[in-house]
Amino acid sequence: MRKLALSDEILLSVEKPARYIGGEINMQRKDPKAVDIRFCMCFPDVYEIGMSHLGIQILYDILNRREDTYCERVYSPWVDLDKLMREQNIPLFALESQDPVKDFDFLGITLQYEMCYTNILQILELSGIPIYSKDRTDEDPIVIGGGPCSYNPEPIADFFDFFYIGEGETAYNDILDLYKECKKSGKSRREFLELVAGIEGMYVPALYDVEYNDDNTIKSIAKNNDLAPDKVKKQAEMNLSEAFYPTNPIVPYLQVTQDRVVLEIQRGCIRGCRFCQAGMIYRPTRERDIDYLKKCAYEMLKSTGHEEISLSSLSSSDYSNLEELVYFLIDEFGSKGINISLPSLRIDAFSLDVMSKVQDVRKSSLTFAPEAGSQRLRDVINKGLSEEEILSGATAAFNSGWNRVKLYFMMGLPTETEEDIEGIAILTDKIAREYYDIPKEQRQGKVSVVASTSFFVPKPFTPFQWCRMDTPKEYLEKQKYLRSKINEQLNRKSIKYNWHEAELSELEGVLARGDRRLSKVIYDAYKSGCLYDSWGEHFNYEKWLKAFEDNHISMEFYNSRERKEDEIFPWDFIDVGVSKAFLLREYKRAKDVKVTPNCRELCYNCGAKSFGGGVCFLAEGGN
Amino acid sequence: MKVRIKFKKFGEMKFIGHLDVMRYFQKAFRRAEFDSEYTKGYNPHQVMSFASPLGLGLTSDGEYMDIGLISGQSPEIMVKRINEVMADGFQVIGYHILKEPGENEKNVTAMSLVSSSDYLISLKDSYSLGAKISSREDFCETFLEFINSPEIMINKKTKKSEKLVDIKPMVTLVAFDEIEYKDKLKSALSDVTHRIDNNQSYFADTESVADIYDNDIKVYLQLDTGSVSNLKPELVMEAFSSYINIDYNPHAWQVHRLEMYTRDDKTKKLISLDKLEK
Repeated sequence: MRKLALSDEILLSVEKPARYIGGEINMQRKDPKAVDIRFCMCFPDVYEIGMSHLGIQILYDILNRREDTYCERVYSPWVDLDKLMREQNIPLFALESQDPVKDFDFLGITLQYEMCYTNILQILELSGIPIYSKDRTDEDPIVIGGGPCSYNPEPIADFFDFFYIGEGETAYNDILDLYKECKKSGKSRREFLELVAGIEGMYVPALYDVEYNDDNTIKSIAKNNDLAPDKVKKQAEMNLSEAFYPTNPIVPYLQVTQDRVVLEIQRGCIRGCRFCQAGMIYRPTRERDIDYLKKCAYEMLKSTGHEEISLSSLSSSDYSNLEELVYFLIDEFGSKGINISLPSLRIDAFSLDVMSKVQDVRKSSLTFAPEAGSQRLRDVINKGLSEEEILSGATAAFNSGWNRVKLYFMMGLPTETEEDIEGIAILTDKIAREYYDIPKEQRQGKVSVVASTSFFVPKPFTPFQWCRMDTPKEYLEKQKYLRSKINEQLNRKSIKYNWHEAELSELEGVLARGDRRLSKVIYDAYKSGCLYDSWGEHFNYEKWLKAFEDNHISMEFYNSRERKEDEIFPWDFIDVGVSKAFLLREYKRAKDVKVTPNCRELCYNCGAKSFGGGVCFLAEGGN
Repeated sequence: MKVRIKFKKFGEMKFIGHLDVMRYFQKAFRRAEFDSEYTKGYNPHQVMSFASPLGLGLTSDGEYMDIGLISGQSPEIMVKRINEVMADGFQVIGYHILKEPGENEKNVTAMSLVSSSDYLISLKDSYSLGAKISSREDFCETFLEFINSPEIMINKKTKKSEKLVDIKPMVTLVAFDEIEYKDKLKSALSDVTHRIDNNQSYFADTESVADIYDNDIKVYLQLDTGSVSNLKPELVMEAFSSYINIDYNPHAWQVHRLEMYTRDDKTKKLISLDKLEK
């Protein structure tokens, strides 16, 4: 039996000790002494969040297929254990072998949201790995970053040895082969990093210099080493239907956020909503073969014993064989007590039929994401959803027995006016009216409409990357305005309004489009006690403000200005396929309130065609 | 049909709480492809009930749950199937198909039956019991004095209130080594002998999974368990700590459950839950 890194006394005095013991069903067991490479994969948040992430499960599977490699896992210790580890000098350890992370060859950290940045520093510090890449020696693990936030890695560039830009399926084997070779021939850490820069998709920050203009914008980004490429090309796996899907994912003891089998049916999205980063960086859209998915569903349910299966993708309704797949799952597993959980689907006859089969209509609610309150603004953001579609969807749902609706909106979208904000209140009310148009005897009690607003945060590699973002003050005023408008509606008593914190969004905006100078701010914020910033109760805005002040860096520079068309962005050295010219064209079309058709209707030459596959080569209108 | 499952919980699995153990077994039965009975409705779940939740940090040789199955193979094969999908730290050692209730009779759940549990409570190495107790002999002597007090009053906290309770009547057996324990147990047990029918039951003869500590300071206790009268072993050790004037350290003791029993109405003797027909 394995020896645990933490004593009984510690494990029994912290919340949920199962976070730290590993030993789950389907955990990989290998002899660490019998492998050449030890890789520790990290999700810098608490276990229940990190274990719910599909990407790590895929990488865990790929890396452990190699006999010469043992891939293990580590998550952020919760604040209770964090304190004890610091007091008692206990080094952070991996769940599988319970060995210190510092003894590993690699520490791979997935970057899923900006607000986890201080947790990265916690992981490094508790592991005893120098926080700054420049301070590490040949004795320290190579620290890799990957995931959506690595599409602008600059704010955390100083903490990483290199970033893997793109999908993990393509290049990890090359990286590990290279590492083994370097280790054998006695090459130094620096030599390895120079060679890694030669693998497509790898970004080694130390091999690039950034110069700034007097106004703090970027003057140039240039490599300082011949082995590094000028542009780092995003990696995309073009064959999603062979191998590489983990059919025996780890089954946690704790109830994690995704306590179910997750079946990724496709990658990318044909829609092209202009605020959505995922919709751009994961282009081109690639579907997994339906027979392959059916096989995976069987194997995964068998190997995990989960009682629920869920489909994952950015827009499931666009998957070509969705009906066949969903009815297959219902017929095959529904009778065996397996819940089928459906991600947000477009509300139509098919989805209502499916939902009435898999969930209790009285208890569930319908979700729409109009994102904006007026048709004009929905056209600006290229959200292909008309008011008519929303209202007819709601009516169809009400007629089928539903009486609860959730609506998601964003506030602070480019070109937004008071009318657009009022539109949120009006649309919400119209939905309630649709309900009361149904004859009384056919209604199921009262209707409940929940409208939620989040604040729009401009992201790199979207048509809105040039946009000014509202200040928290402006947001709060808009929120108040919407509140007052909702109160004017006829059905105000049926409407519930939820909103997000403005300060958190402000910081997210800065970190999303920030540059290298922010590394020091993040470092200072962490050192002053910031941790688990994405957990509302732990977010400390004052400490962040002080860190910005101490470094003489203003958040306004990053958030509160419209960028010039020719401004060099910190992330411009990355080639995601989608071109900057296309994004700018889209931004202009947005300002002209012009809708762009989706990838299946017409190709607008975004650039993702260069990957040589996916929807680009199937679309009828493609040219 | 209803089946009573007996299992052990040990090693690092002592850090898995009761609710997670339930979820663990639901998934395990699926992996083993048991033909489970489900509750009706939109959120069906497996028919499953535990005799008595085991606290976090405790290990056990004798945990019980009753499950509903629609069909199954022979008990021995079913035990083999489930053990093939177990994690280290869980082992199923018993499988008994319960007698179908007669007309106008309900199934009797393990939870409603249980009235007593045996525990082995050991001092973990590197913990001390103060200056006065430095050896196993000291401990046995002092613990006997303590348990032989005319009454043992403790402050029992419930969700609503706190009240003084005499726990002495809830302690029905005390022993300091295995021989003494087995000896005393014999006279407490009912002498009904269980007819083993391979088509109905399978029980594996296995060694105890209780952790053993070098200091050898340990005590076997039989305590009331269940809805009528319930005493947690931790409360006894807390009372003992205050008896010897030391601060109670919950981490100092490893509590291990050995077995669970029901009390026969007529003879007032104990019958372990795996020796019952219903």
